[in-house]
Amino acid sequence: MSRGGPHRDGGPAGPGSPGPITTDRERRAARGWRDSVRQYALEVRGSVRGGERGPLLVLAGLLVIWIVFQGLDDKFLSPRNLSNLSVDIVGTGLVAVGIVFVLLIREIDLSVGSVSGLAGAAFAVLNVNHGVPEWLAVIVAVATGTAVGAFHGFFHAWLGVPAFVVTLAGLLIWNGLTLYLLGASGTINIDEEGLVASLTSRHFGNDLVAYAVAALGTAGYFLAAHRRRSRHRAAGMPYRTEGDIGMRTGLLAVVAFAGAHTLNRFQGLPLALLIFLVVLVVSDYLLRRTRYGRRVYAVGGGVEAARRAGIGVERVRVAMFMVSGTLAAFGGLFVASGLTSASPTTARAAGSGMLLINAIAAAVIGGTSLFGGRGSPWSVLLGVVVIQSIASGMGLLGVQDAVQFMITGGVLLAAVAADALSRRAQARRGRP
Amino acid sequence: MSEVVPVAHPPVLALRGITKRFGGVQALVDVDLRVRAGEVVALAGDNGAGKSTLVKVISGVSPADRGVIEWEGRLVQIKRPHDAHALGIATVYQDLAMCDNLDVVGNLFLGREIDRVGVLDEVEMERRARDLMRALSIRIPDVRVPVAALSAGQRQAVAISRSLMGAPKVLLLDEPTAALGVEQTSHLLDLIEEVRDRGMAIILISHNMGDIKAVADRVAVLRLGRNNGLFDVSTVTQEQIISSVTGAADNAVAHRSKGDEEAWP
Repeated sequence: MSRGGPHRDGGPAGPGSPGPITTDRERRAARGWRDSVRQYALEVRGSVRGGERGPLLVLAGLLVIWIVFQGLDDKFLSPRNLSNLSVDIVGTGLVAVGIVFVLLIREIDLSVGSVSGLAGAAFAVLNVNHGVPEWLAVIVAVATGTAVGAFHGFFHAWLGVPAFVVTLAGLLIWNGLTLYLLGASGTINIDEEGLVASLTSRHFGNDLVAYAVAALGTAGYFLAAHRRRSRHRAAGMPYRTEGDIGMRTGLLAVVAFAGAHTLNRFQGLPLALLIFLVVLVVSDYLLRRTRYGRRVYAVGGGVEAARRAGIGVERVRVAMFMVSGTLAAFGGLFVASGLTSASPTTARAAGSGMLLINAIAAAVIGGTSLFGGRGSPWSVLLGVVVIQSIASGMGLLGVQDAVQFMITGGVLLAAVAADALSRRAQARRGRP
Repeated sequence: MSEVVPVAHPPVLALRGITKRFGGVQALVDVDLRVRAGEVVALAGDNGAGKSTLVKVISGVSPADRGVIEWEGRLVQIKRPHDAHALGIATVYQDLAMCDNLDVVGNLFLGREIDRVGVLDEVEMERRARDLMRALSIRIPDVRVPVAALSAGQRQAVAISRSLMGAPKVLLLDEPTAALGVEQTSHLLDLIEEVRDRGMAIILISHNMGDIKAVADRVAVLRLGRNNGLFDVSTVTQEQIISSVTGAADNAVAHRSKGDEEAWP
């Protein structure tokens, strides 16, 4: 060991470093909100260099959409419409979260629309036609989605069939099965007082519930950020400043309590929204904080590297299609709940791909890349609000379906183009 | 710096009579190679001389048809990558195989994450990553940048430090300087010496005579799948190595030094 040498200071980086976090013990006391803003800008720049698109552009887009629709129809931003919006996003949103898992490993699942239709039909046939208890019918319906995902995953991972072909075949197969199941009886209306119907109809009338959830979310965020800060500090590593954490927590609190207040002005916190938020929190934690999630990102970022690191790539692939199938089925129950029926018409609609397109668009608009390894479940929240805002606004204005299709397709194309452009920019800048 | 190593030690890794055939092609014929702790053995040879095949034999990707492999004096079998890994052989391939989307910490610990009941201990991983980067004097902007944002040289350095994470005894480097500029190459050669001085045995596959002269202790030449010379770098000239590589001098020093202790400098 003759070369222990002059140690470089372990601090992150010289000038121009995209490092997201500041280290400096000396300066930490003096940091105000201005530094926080600058730090946030640095952080955005760092992640953009790494191939992520910041959410700011999408937020700006959402703002424009809201202002335009509010200008055209002043009912758009009414508590009633926003509350309905918060319920309507959930079905598509859950399907989109499943899509994120598959996109992260650089694959695609085109069958999710059909699978969600199948789950709704399976539930209705079992519960209404055969008198199976609701809870059991729900479990079977969701498990059907899991099994379908395993089926796709098997063909893709073990037989090496490209995922888009497997799931394209699946799109037709499961749509056919749905029509077959419903065929004899036509539209099946589900129990309007039942468990599945309550998924979208139940609201927590007590104002305190919405505020409590907002407070809990904010406090949870603050405590987690604070704990990370202390641990980094104790280990002598770069950490966020108090002011920075405070500002982020403050912003979150404003959004959360404004949302809670708005919802309370109509019927209170919808159960569907609560479930959606829980799914987002859990899947985000799973993907970003656990060993398993790290492997998912690794498979998306470099299959060969993942394989050499001893990761069972095939198993991860099968698992991701199972997650996608499961969430598609779960989302399908929310769709059926919203309509209080499972019908061949909606099955045909699912086959026509509206739900599929919306789910993919939601994931990609929010910032999950089609090219694998980049994005997170939270991206879905932003994306699905954008998509559903457009749909809801056009619905209010009475725009005909034909035009809605063209606009939704155009939005998807724009989002995908932005994704491809950011990838090209990254290739020019970062890679050797 | 090579006197750090006591000469009495047996080689960490010794290959004898390695033969490998692909269909009708003899890729390797009776090849010998040894490497001791704390030395850099360069493996030189023209395209198709069998360097890559030999790397695959050692790393277990494509085992030999015939031949003997000794690890610290005892006979071993390397049938799969896992065997090589378990012995303590780490390989850095030319393509590096990194996950571009993950940061440096994520890549360093890929497949051996530190966790508590499945939840990543990011703080501990980051701390160790910083320590490692500092100990090896590797200059990167920050351990939290995605490797996609690093230069070719920085990526190479990260790939090498990742291969050290499992505390291996033999490090195989496949053309590490091929894609690097002058300054990056010099940083990388410093890193190789740094690693060598930690008592690691290094097999360096290289085309570049300058790199070989700068960092290797010995150079083994392969030609048409056979040993074609084993030289002590401090005494051999670049021309001698090149003529051995090209076959201009088939009777180079220590030609076919099979089992020949005298051939060892």
